[in-house]
Amino acid sequence: MLRVLLLILSVVAIAHAELCKPDAQNAFKVRLSIKTALGDNAYAWDANEEYLFKAMVAFAMRRYSSKSTTQISNVLLCNVTDRVSFWFVVTDSSKNVTTVPGSEVEAAIRMNRNRINSAFLLSDKTLQFLKITSTLSPPVEPSTPVWLIVFGVVLCLIVAGIVFLVVAGIRQRKKKNKESTERENLEEKGEVTITVENGIPCEVLDLKAGHINGVFAADDERFTPL
Amino acid sequence: LSMSSEVPKEDGRPKWDNKFQYILSCIGFAVGLGNVWRFPYLCQIHGGGAFLIPYFIALLFEGIPLLHLELALGQCLRKGSISAWNTISPYLGGVGVGSWMVSVLVSLYYNTVLTWVMWYFINSFQEPLPWSACPLNENRTGLNEECYESTAVNYFWYRKTLNITPDVTESGTLQWWLILCLATCWAIVYLCTIRGIETTGKAIYVTAIFPYLVLTIFLIHGLTLPGATEGLAYLFTPNLNTLKNPRVWLDAATQIFFSLSLAFGGLIAFSSYNSPKNDCEKDAVTVAVVNSMTSLYASIPIFSVLGFKATTGYWDCLDRNIISIINEFDLPEESIMRQNYTAWISFLNSSHPDKIAGLKLKSCDLQELLDQSVSGTGLAFIVFTQAIILMPGSQAWAILFFIMLFSLGLSSMFGNIEGVFTPLLELQIISKSIPKELLSGIICIICFLIALCFTLSSGSYWIDIFDSYAASLPLLVIAFFEVIGVAYVYKIKRFSKDVKQMTGRKPNLYWQITWRFISPLLLLIVFVAFVTLQIQKPSSYAAWNPRYEGFPMKEEKIYPPWVLAICVLLAVLPCVFVPLVALFHLIKRTRRSKDPSLVSPEVFSCQGANS
Repeated sequence: MLRVLLLILSVVAIAHAELCKPDAQNAFKVRLSIKTALGDNAYAWDANEEYLFKAMVAFAMRRYSSKSTTQISNVLLCNVTDRVSFWFVVTDSSKNVTTVPGSEVEAAIRMNRNRINSAFLLSDKTLQFLKITSTLSPPVEPSTPVWLIVFGVVLCLIVAGIVFLVVAGIRQRKKKNKESTERENLEEKGEVTITVENGIPCEVLDLKAGHINGVFAADDERFTPL
Repeated sequence: LSMSSEVPKEDGRPKWDNKFQYILSCIGFAVGLGNVWRFPYLCQIHGGGAFLIPYFIALLFEGIPLLHLELALGQCLRKGSISAWNTISPYLGGVGVGSWMVSVLVSLYYNTVLTWVMWYFINSFQEPLPWSACPLNENRTGLNEECYESTAVNYFWYRKTLNITPDVTESGTLQWWLILCLATCWAIVYLCTIRGIETTGKAIYVTAIFPYLVLTIFLIHGLTLPGATEGLAYLFTPNLNTLKNPRVWLDAATQIFFSLSLAFGGLIAFSSYNSPKNDCEKDAVTVAVVNSMTSLYASIPIFSVLGFKATTGYWDCLDRNIISIINEFDLPEESIMRQNYTAWISFLNSSHPDKIAGLKLKSCDLQELLDQSVSGTGLAFIVFTQAIILMPGSQAWAILFFIMLFSLGLSSMFGNIEGVFTPLLELQIISKSIPKELLSGIICIICFLIALCFTLSSGSYWIDIFDSYAASLPLLVIAFFEVIGVAYVYKIKRFSKDVKQMTGRKPNLYWQITWRFISPLLLLIVFVAFVTLQIQKPSSYAAWNPRYEGFPMKEEKIYPPWVLAICVLLAVLPCVFVPLVALFHLIKRTRRSKDPSLVSPEVFSCQGANS
């Protein structure tokens, strides 16, 4: 009895060893980077973690195929290294000594990737299934592009500034025109006293058009230098 | 009656509110984008600290004398560039027209560079920065191919900003986002130059001082970044052997010349608004020294950041290699660190050489990363933006950096626009009743409409063309004729007397020698060397072509003949006015000399111009 049991166990072990080995059919390599993800809070990879992994894969298979036939014992792990990387296969309990097709396993893992990642506190990058690509999340796009808003603000400020300056300039010009016309009116009425010298208003003499009396104009050579 | 004819009469010419405004405007005009993105590059490729030797020699014998000449000229004649040169001698009127033409051409494309800066600025408010990650491709299975093969910053610059075509002949379409930014930039320029120096004088307080603040902030932050010391050591380590290469001296001379914004007519316009009793000699030395010091000051944060970027790139390269090795040999994490990388590599190479070879590890060389030198728009929009992503708080740094670039460029634009605006105000064809606001508005709108061609997909190639041909050769020619004109037509003796009247002392021997002999000679040598070098290499440009085999390297293409014709036209057009106007006046004079009753026009002197 004992011998038969031993024989069955050894057959199963050999079968398992054949099913789960690197590059076996329907086997996947998994690589974890726990220290990179968690730093000081990194946990050690031991048999308990392996058990959790097996449970997660079984869970994924159950959810995917919605038949509760996959057991934890169906998930085989092998070649665990210090890197923390290993290979795993999922055996089919209904058919003897065969593995579930890789496409099914891949689809199941993909569907539940999030749950598997969070069980280990890792992400798609730090818990890698080497042949299973993850769908990339689309970039976050706000409804109105942010740059349009900033642009609108800048443009409004500038247009306000231009309008202000132009209006101020027009007002200044109107005021100057009004002043000069007022002045002319007053001059005609003779109410503004303008100093007059020989019939010529003094202000005119300051302009270039006025005549400078050569006798009195400053001439360097006529004065004795200090 | 008035006794003092020394004090000039009120001629209604606008003037600066105070001396500080004038100095700031000159400094702002001289200090531009080139101080930030051309000088550090030149320092780097020409032997670091050794480059400073030809640079300061060029400053002493070319920069300061020419600057003093222009400032004294404008202050004495109190007119813009066209009228000033007409006053000196009608035969030299072409010099003024030439510099006006160059100012117009440069204003057109310079503001488009500011458009790019503004586009990056308004995009810096996003989190995360849009140039930090590649977008996904159409079916969301991977990253966009063009972006993946080059880098995200390259993709954002060439595709999202410029939407560049692979060839200068393919014009593509107008990019609406660039048109919006261009309109904004011209609106800002209009706002600041609406009434000439009345408004630029107020705006310059902000645009000239702000860049120094930001540079200081970047300096402090940059020096705290890891790898900054490598960058600085790389920049300033002098390699005196490079001085044997004449190219270095040529680059120093042209850098000083273009950096001080000489021969644009803008400096003449600025100093024409001064009162004649102003010490232009001290101003010239101040402006030139501040400009050079700013170049040096700016290169420190730039190179700290570049050193940081190179170091981070080096560490990334090491980390990627380490990961591949750990994955291949299934070693535990963190068994290979950056420090013992080389030890591990040699050990593994001896034990498993085939496996190591199979990994195809990239050789990580810090020196090679530091050697990647870029200047111009590549420095600001590709290299620096990449470095900014690596810094914590990248939005703030990006916003600060692009506002600084914008202020630097804007203060230079003021000088360019004044160089266009002031001569137009004095020409007889513009009636006096047109308000200044309208004239500046018309100038800005016309420039905006013409600059729309730079918002085409091939716009950046055209800007390179304008930069290389319109803003280089003509300036050398015009400056040469400026110095010759003042030294030999107007005569240095008379000019020295004018300067003495303005500053109170006669220009000393240094000015006499440089104005008469050294500066013209130097300009001639630089001009000849420049033309020789241009002719030797065939005019080519680097095109961004995603379908090129060597992508992401740029494809070297030759300009087609019609583009070359435009290049030659741009270079020759401003210069051709000098002989044309002289010829015109010669013909007029010979016709007039046949009629003896007419008196030939006298060449005016500085004192005479005011009466």
